Amino acid sequence: MIVNTTKGEMDDSLLEKREGAIDNDNENTTWVEYWLAGELVHRSAHVRLKKPIISISETGSF
Amino acid sequence: MANSQAMCTSFKSEILSGIHALGTTVTRASTSADTIKAALYLASASLGAATTAYSATGEVSGAGYSAGGITATNATAPTSSGTTAYWTPSASFTYTNVTLTTSFDCVLVYNSTQSNKAISVHTFGAQTITAGTFVLSMPTNDASNALIRIA
Repeated sequence: MIVNTTKGEMDDSLLEKREGAIDNDNENTTWVEYWLAGELVHRSAHVRLKKPIISISETGSF
Repeated sequence: MANSQAMCTSFKSEILSGIHALGTTVTRASTSADTIKAALYLASASLGAATTAYSATGEVSGAGYSAGGITATNATAPTSSGTTAYWTPSASFTYTNVTLTTSFDCVLVYNSTQSNKAISVHTFGAQTITAGTFVLSMPTNDASNALIRIA
């Protein structure tokens, strides 16, 4: 697979791939990094928000 | 049948669609659906409920990222279910081939048609992006999960 990096497009077989994830009440996030000789050359992330913005409406009484 | 005090659900949906003008100086810049945008902000910024409009202060910067962020896909009109009105952009916010080396943890959704007025602020774990893509996926557009809900 071709990966866009800080050094241009590279085949992922030449790179070290690292992945991670965060899952909590607010989000589910995954990320992938590609390293070349100890240098980070690509990092992407995908955030899935779980917590919507809610506004509670109320009516006043006379 | 008895009367019951309530905020009319139709009103909640209509607020999201800009139908009601309760102020005296309301001037809409457009009569069609507004353009909604999404800008990313550094973890060191101070956005929140007091934010009134888009500002470049504290916004991320880097290769591939344009100030002001991206335009949200808005193909689904606000609607309601039960007594909750809701709206969600109809596609993920995707920032393609960007390099954002200073950590960011916030997206501001704002109305670029109406003087960049703020709509909502959403936070997440701090991220950086290197020659990559940052995607913010939208939740399911329903009364329980939609990005913006008025209950």
